[in-house]
Amino acid sequence: MSTGLTYHTYDTDHMTPAEIYGHVLAELGEEREDIVGLTADLAKSTKIGKFGNKFPERFFNVGIAEQNLFGMAAGLALAGFTPFVSTFAVFASLRAGEQVRTDICYMKLNCKIIATHSGISFGQAGSTHHCNEDLGVMRTFPNMTVIAPADGYETANAVIASLDRPGPVYIRIGRGFEQTVYESADYGFEIGKAVTMHEGSDITVMAIGPCVLHALEAAKRLKEQDISVRVLNMHTIKPIDKEAVFAAVNDTRKIITVEPHNIYGGLGTAVAETITEGGKSCALKRLGLQDEFAIVGYTDDLYSYYKLDDNGIMEAVSDMLGLEVEEDEDWEDEI
Amino acid sequence: MPLTEQEIAFLKEKAWLIRRNTVKTMLWAGGGHAGGGLSQTDILVALYYHYLKIDPKNPDWEDRDRVILSKGHGGIGFAPILGDLGYFDEEMLKEFNHTGSPFGMHLDMRQVPGVDASTGSLGHGLPIAVGMALGARLKKKSWRVYCIIGDGECHEGSIWEAAMSAAHYKVDNLTAFIDRNKHCIDGPTENIMSLEPLKEKWISFGWHALEIDGHDFAEIGNAIEEALQTSGRPTVIIAHTIKGKGVDYMEDDPAWHYGGIDSDGLEKALESIDRMYGKA
Ligand SMILES: Cc1ncc(C[n+]2csc(CCOP(=O)(O)OP(=O)(O)O)c2C)c(N)n1
Repeated sequence: MSTGLTYHTYDTDHMTPAEIYGHVLAELGEEREDIVGLTADLAKSTKIGKFGNKFPERFFNVGIAEQNLFGMAAGLALAGFTPFVSTFAVFASLRAGEQVRTDICYMKLNCKIIATHSGISFGQAGSTHHCNEDLGVMRTFPNMTVIAPADGYETANAVIASLDRPGPVYIRIGRGFEQTVYESADYGFEIGKAVTMHEGSDITVMAIGPCVLHALEAAKRLKEQDISVRVLNMHTIKPIDKEAVFAAVNDTRKIITVEPHNIYGGLGTAVAETITEGGKSCALKRLGLQDEFAIVGYTDDLYSYYKLDDNGIMEAVSDMLGLEVEEDEDWEDEI
Repeated sequence: MPLTEQEIAFLKEKAWLIRRNTVKTMLWAGGGHAGGGLSQTDILVALYYHYLKIDPKNPDWEDRDRVILSKGHGGIGFAPILGDLGYFDEEMLKEFNHTGSPFGMHLDMRQVPGVDASTGSLGHGLPIAVGMALGARLKKKSWRVYCIIGDGECHEGSIWEAAMSAAHYKVDNLTAFIDRNKHCIDGPTENIMSLEPLKEKWISFGWHALEIDGHDFAEIGNAIEEALQTSGRPTVIIAHTIKGKGVDYMEDDPAWHYGGIDSDGLEKALESIDRMYGKA
């Protein structure tokens, strides 16, 4: 890594992925004077404020004006800077979607977007603040790289890797209550390369974001019942790791995708396209929001309600394998 | 006609109740937008308990006046008004923000009776309000549209696009309030992205603009009356308010834009509100 940072010492017990992002960006800012930070009245919420506090002269809080935010970032990129822009995912991808597409992607500008509060991570705020569309939107913008890290370590890796990747990068993280999957940042993160979290031969579960941990837990429990589940962390949605998908098709012939996103447009869609073009048949089930606006609620409850948690994944695996699988706890009366 | 002393006393009584219910809802909800939820209270109370033509038994009544809370995060201070008026069983506020509840932080018109548009993404309410006001005119209806905008929300370009349209189409059945509590999330609006001279901006966009104390019912009343008398252009009422108004430990403190309270915090908040209204 050209930046030569040691970044594997984060206190992930006490730091959320967004806090780690803020911290990493503040460190990168020391070595790279071309980095500028921008936000739209969400310096504190997205944690880009950590960079802003350290480098106030290279930080622009434009007020609550997301279209202007991305336009200004494009201007700074054209002037030779590397803008990091942070706001909530729904505003980055939808409110300012055209600015991102036309002002940043079309001109292939070196602009990194770190969007927080994605998916259903801001559960109680309701659909105005949920974002189950961003992967679908960003994936269709040419030149854009799209990443959904599994935890804080992976967020650090993705942010650092984005610096050396020419062109625009979109990194989506949650609100900040996600648990840690990795024990350190040294597991070999590479943009576009899926990470095998658990080996298995009966079925493959491909997940992103907090669903990676849930898939891993599900696989461990299913192993006790002699069901062999391969779990892949598909952190990069675009470019999708075709080799990993083809290998899963070949080896297991059954794939489940899990994402805090609409099943249209995101990971499930990307995997479905890849499978179909590969020309080999494979059973596929997409877990996610089934083309609906999510209900209001605690984020953990919503993960269980939409079957994106351990039990939901176990149930989907058993359905696909035609098995009865014992659930860990009864969640039904929680909702 | 200015509000009478009796009418003002009644509105104060309601504002006391709504401020109390807002902080109680914060406890039930596990947190909420306290600052903006309490700065907007008197504007909404004046509208809902005096000026609006509404029928809580018939929330979809076509001839009703409409209110759009463009600063949708004020939902926690808005829902208690709708509950008190009987749009729904007030007890339901205890479920605010809970999983599966009809009430999230930002009110959803498809879930909560009495809400005229789902808001929460800033800068959306005023364009919707302009469309609604035009709709009334096309239908030859006399209902009016009121829109409550945050001052930070005025950073959004869409607010000014809508402002231009409202003046262009001369929608004089539209009245906008700006809850000028002087803060957005990251700090004071004038430090983050300055808005001043705000009144002159609205005037230059073709609006009739007034500036008032947003916690003084006589001034709120006079401003609404003036808007009702104004023809040929929309009226904006810049209401100077205090973020967190009524709860001494929240007032004017940006940290209380969004926050949570425990039962101790609630007790202190209720005491402060009672003191403000001479009830303690
Ligand atoms: C388009 C959009 N961007 C960002 C946010 C996040 N947000 C919620 S409230 C808020 C600050 C609002 O400030 P203001 O309009 O002054 O409201 P008030 O002070 O009355 O709470 C922000 C930035 C949002 N809801 N919508």
